[in-house]
Amino acid sequence: MMELRGICREYEVGGETVHALDNVDLTIRPGEYVSIMGPSGSGKSTLLNVLGLLDRPTAGSYALQGEDVSKLDDDALAAKRQKHIGFIFQFFHLIPRLTALENVELPLVLAGAAPRERRERATQVLESLGLGPRMHHRPDQLSGGERQRVAIGRAIIMQPSFLLADEPTGNLDSKSGGEIMQIVEDLHHKGIALLIVTHDPLIGGRAHRHLTLRDGKIVKDEGSDTA
Amino acid sequence: MKALDTTRLSLQALRRYPLRTSMLLLAIAIGVAAVVMLTAVGEGARRYVTGQFASLGTNLLIVLPGKSDTAGGGGIEGLLIGETARELTLEDTIAVGRLGRVRQVTPVVVGAGTVSSRARVRDITVIGTSEPMAAIQHWTIELGRFLPPGDLDVATPVCVLGYTVAHELYDTESPLGQWLRIGDSRCRVVGMLTKQGLAGGFKVDETVILPVANAQQIFNTSAVFRILVEATSRDSIKAAKSDIIALIKTRHAGTEDVTVVTQDALVSTFDQIFGMITAGLAAIAAISLIVAGVLIMNVMLVAVSQRTAEIGLLKAVGARHRQIIALFLTEAACLSLLGAVVGLAIGTAGSWVLTLMFPVLDFSAPPWASAAAVGVAIASGLLFGILPARRAANLDPVLALMKH
Repeated sequence: MMELRGICREYEVGGETVHALDNVDLTIRPGEYVSIMGPSGSGKSTLLNVLGLLDRPTAGSYALQGEDVSKLDDDALAAKRQKHIGFIFQFFHLIPRLTALENVELPLVLAGAAPRERRERATQVLESLGLGPRMHHRPDQLSGGERQRVAIGRAIIMQPSFLLADEPTGNLDSKSGGEIMQIVEDLHHKGIALLIVTHDPLIGGRAHRHLTLRDGKIVKDEGSDTA
Repeated sequence: MKALDTTRLSLQALRRYPLRTSMLLLAIAIGVAAVVMLTAVGEGARRYVTGQFASLGTNLLIVLPGKSDTAGGGGIEGLLIGETARELTLEDTIAVGRLGRVRQVTPVVVGAGTVSSRARVRDITVIGTSEPMAAIQHWTIELGRFLPPGDLDVATPVCVLGYTVAHELYDTESPLGQWLRIGDSRCRVVGMLTKQGLAGGFKVDETVILPVANAQQIFNTSAVFRILVEATSRDSIKAAKSDIIALIKTRHAGTEDVTVVTQDALVSTFDQIFGMITAGLAAIAAISLIVAGVLIMNVMLVAVSQRTAEIGLLKAVGARHRQIIALFLTEAACLSLLGAVVGLAIGTAGSWVLTLMFPVLDFSAPPWASAAAVGVAIASGLLFGILPARRAANLDPVLALMKH
């Protein structure tokens, strides 16, 4: 469960204060499938970053799985991310010198898992994503869709409760994009909560709950179980 | 994160930029090699010089005329100045030889002389001395015997040839029993020294050695150039020195006009001088390691900005502050360690080549220098790695991820 109460996020840009998020209240339940849409600069990426603990709100409170995380320091936030949250990015953010397998293993390496255990788990995840034969390839030897699948593998290797995707298909052709959507929706069916930031109404429309942001405020919240 | 994984990730990052990495390795290697080779040269020189003085003889004191009034009671200055006040004489020598802490004593008279035998003529150094000289200086006899024992003031017409002189005058023929003309006098060759090489900076192989009274006649002098004294033991050197000074003072009507140089003082003076030169060379070379450290910092800062997105990603997947610092510091440490190892190899090989080229000197860096070079290299890598590593760890993950 993610519970935001009165969340504000302000930036100073050229001496002017920008309200990227303006007094946002939002609850994400376990296993939900939520799209976040809105024009550029509406604050949708900021919202995702705050939900993913990458960004800190300037005001308001945030409870993740019942625990207040708005006062935690950087390292404690990193620990929470490691445990609860997986990220998928538009530009994949794979480490170019590591193989697909090593990229997927990375969160386990940081968590201090034993080599044998992490190899087994990463192999398993990559095989479930159809990348078994390509797992010793480096990112520059993989297609865009394959790279994003590796990134998904890395996002779910720690078995998080929430999968946060920022324009996951933004850098892919429609066929690969469709495949990626299929994969993350399969993960959602297995119980993970899925949050997708997108410009694309076709992608956004596939979610069960649609949030629309404008000027840092949630102006529309459709399909919510509570709505 | 395990230390092994940190190291592996760092090494993978270094492998990714082979040119950059090898340039940095080179910079560090040059620094370490410079320290190793310069200290090797300094040490080689130090060992050579102290070795030379040690070969002068053991428990040796050298009495020279004139008083050098410098602090420390006479060091090498006396040797260099050696101005004459009142001359030393054979009687002084005999008197010194009677002192309790003196085992043996010998006078030395030195001059240039023309030596001829049959048709061959040589201009060489002529040494007038006495029988204990061979023992004091550790000279060994190849053929015949050394100067015969006897009263110092008796001129016996005999001489001993240095190795080179003997061969120049007589080729392979035995010089024993040959008659040699030195200036206006004649003497018979009774012995030949074995090859001595350079002892105390003096080419004994190219000299003719005569009884001191003969040399004094040839050079028309009653003075003695030096008196060499061997003390009874190492511990008595100091006491022997003051005994000698006191004795000569009474003999010279109360004027303290001699300088006594002990070999110990000479050796330790040179030891100190060369030790300081070596340390100075090492310090200069160490500066290049600091420069290499600055290079590391520079390149690591570039690496941090090149890998900004990667650092953002690491944070997104749960990397802690310390882990990111550890990754970048390990990268810097691996660079400096590898560079140091390469530098040690180059430095050791270089010292070895120098030893091959100049076999008379033994060039090898003292262990402290090699250890210090590696230590300074790693310390400088770590020190200058801190800033880039902290910069990486302090990146805002959101901003970092926006770079791609």
